[in-house]
Amino acid sequence: MPQQPIEIILSRQLADCMKVAVFLVDPAGNLLFYNEAAEGILGIRFSETGSVPVEEWASVFKPTDIHGNHLPPEGLPLVQTLSNRKPAQGSFYIDNRRGKRILITVTAFPIEGRPDTYLGAMALFWKTELS
Amino acid sequence: MRVTVWGCRGSLPSPGPEKNLFGGNTSCVQVMHNNTCIVLDGGSGIQRLGATLHQDIKEVHILLTHLHLDHTMGLGFFLPLYNPSVKIHIWGPAAIEESLLRRLRRYFSPPLFPVRLNELPLHPIIHEIDNSEFMIDDIKIQSGYICHPGPTLGYRLSFGNAKFAYMPDHEIGLGAANFPNEPDWTSGYEIARDVDLLFHDAQYRPSEYVDKVGWGHSSIDDTLAFAKMCKVKKLELFHHDPGHTDIQLQSILHEVMLNKQLDFEVSMCAEGNVYDIS
Repeated sequence: MPQQPIEIILSRQLADCMKVAVFLVDPAGNLLFYNEAAEGILGIRFSETGSVPVEEWASVFKPTDIHGNHLPPEGLPLVQTLSNRKPAQGSFYIDNRRGKRILITVTAFPIEGRPDTYLGAMALFWKTELS
Repeated sequence: MRVTVWGCRGSLPSPGPEKNLFGGNTSCVQVMHNNTCIVLDGGSGIQRLGATLHQDIKEVHILLTHLHLDHTMGLGFFLPLYNPSVKIHIWGPAAIEESLLRRLRRYFSPPLFPVRLNELPLHPIIHEIDNSEFMIDDIKIQSGYICHPGPTLGYRLSFGNAKFAYMPDHEIGLGAANFPNEPDWTSGYEIARDVDLLFHDAQYRPSEYVDKVGWGHSSIDDTLAFAKMCKVKKLELFHHDPGHTDIQLQSILHEVMLNKQLDFEVSMCAEGNVYDIS
């Protein structure tokens, strides 16, 4: 495996220390890392999955609306960030690996390094209470 | 390639009788191959190098890892800069906003230094690089950003099968995930893997590093684990703390090597050392 860029290594280090759930993906959308808080929401440990290719995300969690209908990828903040390299935010449900439907809010932003290199994206997400 | 150490002290020149063995000049390493002259960093050691450079050398490539003062303070005292028959190239890391030339001009201007870059007889040729690969004559150079405050590069120089890596300022403890089990998640791995000779930051004892996390330098035990992970043939511990005397450095090496069985050589780098890599 080639070495990850230093910006991505440091992002993983940061994510590893954070209490908020974090997803880290490369420019193609492959899931490079998710932290302990994300494990709690997704219902599966990173040590069980390792990095996840973009086409296999759906097996880790299923984004849905309140009725369980599958959401198109382009509606997800992280996919939007990967498409246009701009921050994005949104709320939706996921069906996690333990079969629970959870409302989450996601803030995604691109990771761009020196001097002007697009390296991927980070998504912070948390459980949201219905008001 | 012939590698000569003109300075291996970290942070601050610290000459004195208690440091005669390992030297007090800050980072400067010369790599010669035929008539190709590459200088890694412009710390205070570059002053002696400049004063003794062979007159046949008409082109010098200075590769800066970063622009902290201990790696640039000698540049203005490098005599070939004032010789119009010597062409000087300065290579260094790109930043996000300010160009390398503008950052270098901060040093080459009052009140820090009396001579401006454009007052030199021949303006150095500035090359801004990042995660790059390029040739200087027959030597292939690979540069890559590594973990240290501010834009900082590690360098890998190779000619044929001979490989040398230089990372004088590198904090492995922060720049690696699940260290040392995942090389692909370790800063600097691509630069150092399988090299014949690695010069690497080892400024602190493990007990000293605890209070200096985030300062950009490595503890010796992290450096040993990194060298092992990269399968290097020889490790030279570099960037000695300015407060460490010769006796302390020898004692630190003895402490960390106690009961360790490594399949590569480890030494404390000393000013004046010469290595032939072939």
